Amino acid sequence: MTDATELRTRVAELIAAHPPSGTGRDDFLRARFDAGLAWLHYPQGLGGLDAPRSLQSVVDAGLAAAGAPDNDPRRIGIGLGMAAPTILRYGTQEQKERFLRPLWVGDEVWCQLFSEPGAGSDLAALATRAVRDQASGDWIVDGQKVWTSSAHLARWAILIARTDPTLPKHRGITYFLCDMTDPGVEVRPLRQLTGEAEFNEVFLTGVRIPDAHRLGGIGEGWQVARTTLMNERVSIGGARLPREGGMIGAVARTWRERPELRTHELRQRLLTLWVEAEVARLTAERVRQQLVAGQPGPEGSGLKLSFARLNQEISGLEVELLGDEGLLYSDWTMRRPELVDFTGRDAGYRYLRSKGNSIEGGTSEVLLNIVAERVLGLPSEPRDDKDVAWKDLAR
Amino acid sequence: MTTPPDLLYSEPEDDLRAAVRALLTDRADLPAALTRAESGDPYDPALWTSLTAGIGVAGLLVPESLGGQGAGHREAAVVLEELGRAVTPAPYLTSSVTATATLLACDADSPDIAGLLTALAEGRRVAVLALPFGTAPDSPLPVGADPVRGVADAVRADVLLVPRQDGLYAVETASPAVTVEPLTPLDLTRPLAAVTVDPGAGLRIAAAPVAGSAVRAGLLAGAGLLASEQLGIAEWCLEESVRHTKDRHQFNRPLGSFQALKHRMAQLWLEVVSARAAARAAADALATGSPDAPLAVALAQAYCGPVAVHAAEECVQLHGGIGMTWEHPAHLALKRAKSDATALGSTGRHKEALAALTDLPAPG
Repeated sequence: MTDATELRTRVAELIAAHPPSGTGRDDFLRARFDAGLAWLHYPQGLGGLDAPRSLQSVVDAGLAAAGAPDNDPRRIGIGLGMAAPTILRYGTQEQKERFLRPLWVGDEVWCQLFSEPGAGSDLAALATRAVRDQASGDWIVDGQKVWTSSAHLARWAILIARTDPTLPKHRGITYFLCDMTDPGVEVRPLRQLTGEAEFNEVFLTGVRIPDAHRLGGIGEGWQVARTTLMNERVSIGGARLPREGGMIGAVARTWRERPELRTHELRQRLLTLWVEAEVARLTAERVRQQLVAGQPGPEGSGLKLSFARLNQEISGLEVELLGDEGLLYSDWTMRRPELVDFTGRDAGYRYLRSKGNSIEGGTSEVLLNIVAERVLGLPSEPRDDKDVAWKDLAR
Repeated sequence: MTTPPDLLYSEPEDDLRAAVRALLTDRADLPAALTRAESGDPYDPALWTSLTAGIGVAGLLVPESLGGQGAGHREAAVVLEELGRAVTPAPYLTSSVTATATLLACDADSPDIAGLLTALAEGRRVAVLALPFGTAPDSPLPVGADPVRGVADAVRADVLLVPRQDGLYAVETASPAVTVEPLTPLDLTRPLAAVTVDPGAGLRIAAAPVAGSAVRAGLLAGAGLLASEQLGIAEWCLEESVRHTKDRHQFNRPLGSFQALKHRMAQLWLEVVSARAAARAAADALATGSPDAPLAVALAQAYCGPVAVHAAEECVQLHGGIGMTWEHPAHLALKRAKSDATALGSTGRHKEALAALTDLPAPG
């Protein structure tokens, strides 16, 4: 049984063997992975110690105190938050050994090839085809994906594609690990209403994927994808913040520093949003306390909805509060940022970018359906697409 | 960053909740509350005895040395969640929280106050502050009004706590110096009265400066824990709406399968879980005596009051014609929720209090 004392010893041993001052960043991260101190709850040999997740903070605090480099969870967010847990659950031993270490260290960035121009919220309607080459056993993939963040940086992708159009839509999908350097993979920037190209379109033309890079059984891709999607929803909106730590802080500071901007109408909206932002922060804190206590509740599934709406309303208020300055925008040049950074940007950008918060990672409408059905137990609407072959559905 | 408040429920709190809920389910469901309210006297003395002498809820804030349970605001908040769920007519908020917290902030060791606190803790007597129910913790006290209109639970009280210029007085309602004239309340389950007390009557239990801060402490505790009652109301309204819309069929489908209605109930659920965090934060801040308590209370009141009203209004609407009837208890929740949104300071007042505490000044 791993306990905090033993972990502190292991951290000390790692630091002694690889002093952070004299070890390269990536080398240190690899050594940390090999010592089982990367993600404690993963199996031994795969960066973990089969230890409780709650002990991770002991390791992180010990390493931070020693000045050790950290991996960059934001830069490798999709790999860490989505690809890794899915590979851990459905991957073969060979796949786990091949992919998890470079993923965690950040040697290999991952992206996610799920959404398509015709399949967003109705993801299982996807049309990208994967056809088996009988001679080699490889899969030949053709189709188009969209809203792919990090695709221009990614070495690997998690991909879902249709392998049997004669089955109903959820049953004819298979899950693959796609090599982004393969011929036939073309990444094009997708410029958004902010002016930036934070996402990409990915065109797949005759891409050859060996069967060894299939994750899970043929036709079982939808079940595998659900693991990925559940992890995505957990990872969005769960950060712990101090009071006024989110977007409301910027507006409140402007209000205090710029009395000439104040109006009575704006103040009523500011007070209402201040209350809602602080209550949302407490709600997130309550979810965090539930997780620490080992009593996860369904409340977490509401956080993303609350933060999306609040970000939109607060950033909208901020543009108005700034008056003439709110009419300006920093820069319309198309750029390809590696990260979304709300805090370092101006009010106009925050307003425009926050419009994506209620779309990405599940639209608010779909998430409300999920809350209504899974949390409140309300019946689903009648559906007529469940028992019809995908090829016969209207498109 | 300061230590975050404990927002969960402890095992003893869960046990307390189970005991109160079992009693209320058995003896005081909403139809029973309606029947009693119609009788002209909403209180059930036997239920009060079971709650106080049986479970000991009235003494949660009172130290054991004074005959109480020596628990705290977190536990009392759990009781109020349950009383809110059942819209129970009981003088708990007024006597066991507001009046009790006021007395505890006076010199609780003086024999007169200690004796009264013991009687309140055991549920043998009921005391209420002789102030309008809408009085906010930070508002100037309307001392000397005659009569004082809108005193909640005065018709059930044995003792009135009367703030005067020179201090706080305890006056027996049985005394000829007191007249309690019932008013017709919007909330049938929490009676209001106009109270007249002869000047000079009663026993002075605190001198002026102490009296003022003690009354404010009582009102702060009341407003903070009222948020838990509001949470309980909202919870019941959401559960009833979900239950009804699952069962009720229209257009050959369960009502609850229509996306427009599902989204409204999911939205309400988001508000309820958020109200829970806000109410727990207020109860915890009061329990620990945190300097953050006035902010936590104002926040909880600014948020939970409107949530309870929204939940009750949705409950009536989602029940359709049934929700509009006297027979269905949704109106009891609506009347309680709407009254609670004004009780102990309106939503707007609490937002102004927050603005002062967080330095968000009005235009000059």
